[in-house]
Amino acid sequence: MDFLRPASWEEALAAKAEHPTAVPIAGGTDVMVEINFDHRRPEYLLDLNRVGDLYEWEVGEESVRLGASVPYTQIMEHLRTELPGLALASHTVASPQIRNRGGVGGNLGTASPAGDAHPALLAAGAEVEVESVRGSRRIPIDEFYTGVKRNALAPDELIRAVHINKADGPQQYSKVGTRNAMVIAVCAFGLALHPGTRTVRTGIGSAAPTPIRAKAAEEFLNAALEEGGFWDNGKIITPSVAKQFAELCSGACNPIDDVRGTASYRRHAVGVMARRTLTWTWESYRGTAARTEGVA
Amino acid sequence: MRVNFTVNGRPQEADDVWEGESLLYVLRERLGLPGSKNACEQGECGSCTVRLDGVPVCACLVAAGQVEGREVVTVEGLADYAKQRAEHGGCASGACGTSVDEAQRWQARGQDSQTGEGTELSPIQQAFIDAGAVQCGFCTPGLLVAADEMLERNPNPSDADIREALSGNLCRCTGYEKIMDAVRLAAARQGEAV
Ligand SMILES: Cc1cc2nc3c(=O)[nH]c(=O)nc-3n(C[C@H](O)[C@H](O)[C@H](O)COP(=O)(O)OP(=O)(O)OC[C@H]3O[C@@H](n4cnc5c(N)ncnc54)[C@H](O)[C@@H]3O)c2cc1C
Ligand code: FES
Ligand code: FES
Repeated sequence: MDFLRPASWEEALAAKAEHPTAVPIAGGTDVMVEINFDHRRPEYLLDLNRVGDLYEWEVGEESVRLGASVPYTQIMEHLRTELPGLALASHTVASPQIRNRGGVGGNLGTASPAGDAHPALLAAGAEVEVESVRGSRRIPIDEFYTGVKRNALAPDELIRAVHINKADGPQQYSKVGTRNAMVIAVCAFGLALHPGTRTVRTGIGSAAPTPIRAKAAEEFLNAALEEGGFWDNGKIITPSVAKQFAELCSGACNPIDDVRGTASYRRHAVGVMARRTLTWTWESYRGTAARTEGVA
Repeated sequence: MRVNFTVNGRPQEADDVWEGESLLYVLRERLGLPGSKNACEQGECGSCTVRLDGVPVCACLVAAGQVEGREVVTVEGLADYAKQRAEHGGCASGACGTSVDEAQRWQARGQDSQTGEGTELSPIQQAFIDAGAVQCGFCTPGLLVAADEMLERNPNPSDADIREALSGNLCRCTGYEKIMDAVRLAAARQGEAV
C-alpha cells in the first residue's frame, strides 16, 4: 500500500489522475473501518486532510458552498440557520468523536442509502461540485446516487464541495433507530418547505437502494397546498391531505428486510415521519407567517 | 513509512508504520502507550478516544499517516495537559489546546508525560476515583479524555450535556450513573477552584 499525501487540491487531483484506483480518505470513519476489518486493501490511500480548502465553507446569497471535508460538528455549530435540515441530520450521526472527523464529502463518497446527509440534501436541493484534471462539473443531487453505495463520480474525480440551497423556510429531519446516539438509520426522512417557490421537497433514507425523493408525494402536496391557498391563509393542513401525503411517501419506498428492520416496518415508519415532519414544519411556517403579519 | 508527530507535548517518531495502520496501533504497539484501549476498532465504543489537535477522535479510525506533523494527547498526558490548562487560565486566555508553543513549554518540565509517573492526576481522573466510576477500567481512558474536553468547553454542563458528550463512549460495567457522578463532581470542583 502507498500513502499519498497531497498538500493542495491541485496535487490531490493530479494524484487521483495518476492513480484512479486510489481511495480518498477524509475523516476515515468509513474507510478505516473497512481497512481495520480487512474488507478493503487499497493499493493507494489518498489523504485529503492536508487540503485546507476542503474544510472551508462560504455562505452566499442563495446557497452555501460546503467544503467536502467540513466535519459534522462544524455544520451543527455554524450552519444551523442556513442549513437547518442538514444541521439536524448531522446531529444524529454517530457520536461526537465521529462527528468531529466525518463530513458530507465522505457521506457522499460512501453513498450508503443510510447516510444521514442525503435526505437533508435532497430536501434542501443541492449540487455536488466534483473535479478532475479534466475539469470541474456540478452534479445535481437527484442524479448523484446511482445505485447501492454507488455514485456518479468518475474514477479520476474528487468531490470538492456541495452547494446547498439556503433554507427559505422550515426544515426537519427525522430518523428511526434504537437509541439517540450511534445509530445507523433504520429509515430516515427529511422535509423542507420552500415558501419562495411554494414547494415542498422530501428526502428518504434507508428505504430504497439509494436515497430518494418522494416525488409523487411532493407533487400531490404542492397541488393541494396551492389549491387550498394554504401558503397565504396559513391554515392547518387538512388531516386528509397530510394522510395522503404520508401514504404517498410510504409508497415511494422500495425497502428491504434486514437486521435493522423489515421492509413493511420501514414503509410504515416513513409514513409516520412524513406526517410528523410535515406537521412540525408547517406549524413553524404558520408561526412565522403570523408573526410577520402581526408586525406588518 | 515513517510518521513524525507530537504526543503529549513531545515529538515522536514511529518507524516501519504500515500505510493502512491506525493511530491507535501506532500509539499502543509502536510507541508503547497502551492507555488508549482497543475494543472495537470501528468507532463504536470510544475506548480509544484521544485528542487530535485538541479535538476528541477515535484513534482507531485515524490513519497513521494522517497525523504527520499533528498533535495528539492521550490519557497518559491528560494530567499534564489539564495542569497546563489550569495554570494558564483555561480557555479564556486562549491557553487551551496543544499549541506548538505550549508543547515546547511542556518539554522543559521534568516529568514523564508518557507514563504520567510523577505527575498528579487531572481533576477528572481524581473525580472518577472519588466517585467510584471505575470498575474494570477498560472504558475509563476514553471517557476521561472525552469528559475532560467537555469540561474545558463547558464548565457548567447540564446532565443532558454530559450524556451527549459521552454518548460515543460505551461502558459495560458501571451502568453510567457513577460516571455521571464523577463528571458532575469534577465540574463542581472546577467551579470552586475558580
Ligand atoms: C461508529 C460509526 C457510526 C456511524 N454512524 C453514522 C450515522 O449515524 N450516519 C451516517 O450517515 N454515517 C455514519 N457513519 C458513517 C460515516 O461516519 C459517514 O459516512 C461519514 O460521513 C464519512 O465521512 P468521512 O470523512 O469519515 O469519510 P471517509 O471514511 O474518509 O470516506 C468515505 C468514502 O468517501 C470517499 N471520499 C471521502 N472524501 C472524498 C472526496 N472529497 N472526494 C471523493 N471521495 C471522497 C472515500 O474514498 C470513501 O469511499 C458511522 C461510522 C462509524 C464508524
Ligand atoms: S476501539 Fe476505537 S472506538 Fe472502539
Ligand atoms: S468500567 Fe468496565 S467497561 Fe466501563
